[in-house]
Amino acid sequence: MAETLTRTGALDGWAARFAELPDSVALLAEPFHTMTSVRGETTLRPNTWVEEDGFDAVWLGPDEVLRTSPFRSAAELGGTDVSAQRTTIRLRGAHARDLLETGCAIDLHPRVFGAGSAAVTLLGQANVILLCLGENDYRILVRSSFAAYLAEWLLDAATEYRG
Amino acid sequence: MQLIECPYCGPREEVEFHYGGQAGVAYPADPAALTDEEWGRFVFVRANPKGRFEERWSHAAGCRRWFTAVRDTATYRFSR
Repeated sequence: MAETLTRTGALDGWAARFAELPDSVALLAEPFHTMTSVRGETTLRPNTWVEEDGFDAVWLGPDEVLRTSPFRSAAELGGTDVSAQRTTIRLRGAHARDLLETGCAIDLHPRVFGAGSAAVTLLGQANVILLCLGENDYRILVRSSFAAYLAEWLLDAATEYRG
Repeated sequence: MQLIECPYCGPREEVEFHYGGQAGVAYPADPAALTDEEWGRFVFVRANPKGRFEERWSHAAGCRRWFTAVRDTATYRFSR
């Protein structure tokens, strides 16, 4: 008898704890984004991401781009399917930048790291891809195996913003 | 903490980088022809100057690319 495998995200079961946070540091797990790695020359500028036709393209290196989309399949995006490697966390609210700055060394001020910026860096002890979507609105791509650590770290860092 | 300038990503914290030793150590053209001593020298013996030193660094927690940087081993200051 064939068993049915259920699709589970790396942060399934965390929603209740995320929901306890105030709106100023709202966390949301965004599982199952398709991600593909495309190698070769790129026209993307370093440390940026752009919205292209149906997917986001993130600069990872001089010859490496990560394409992500919550809707498209890996075959539609092209490149090597690396969807299982990372999961996605959305962080937004009036104190989103303050929270990240407690554990991230790069300058996150909007004049340096505004909408459209991307960085592969460390947040806490975890290696992350940080995307700025707008003022105090970030998407964090983290390895699935580090997701629980990072969620715990974010919840702890958000303690001071709880009412 | 010291910032190191990655040629691709810009200045980042030192902990994001991995040290790769002396730069410009060429692989022997004919490794099989080397004596044990010569091979040992190629594998283990490196310059250890006080002052400017060309070395390999990897931006391990960022773009993961290798690059060559010049560092002063006495002051730890990077220059190009």
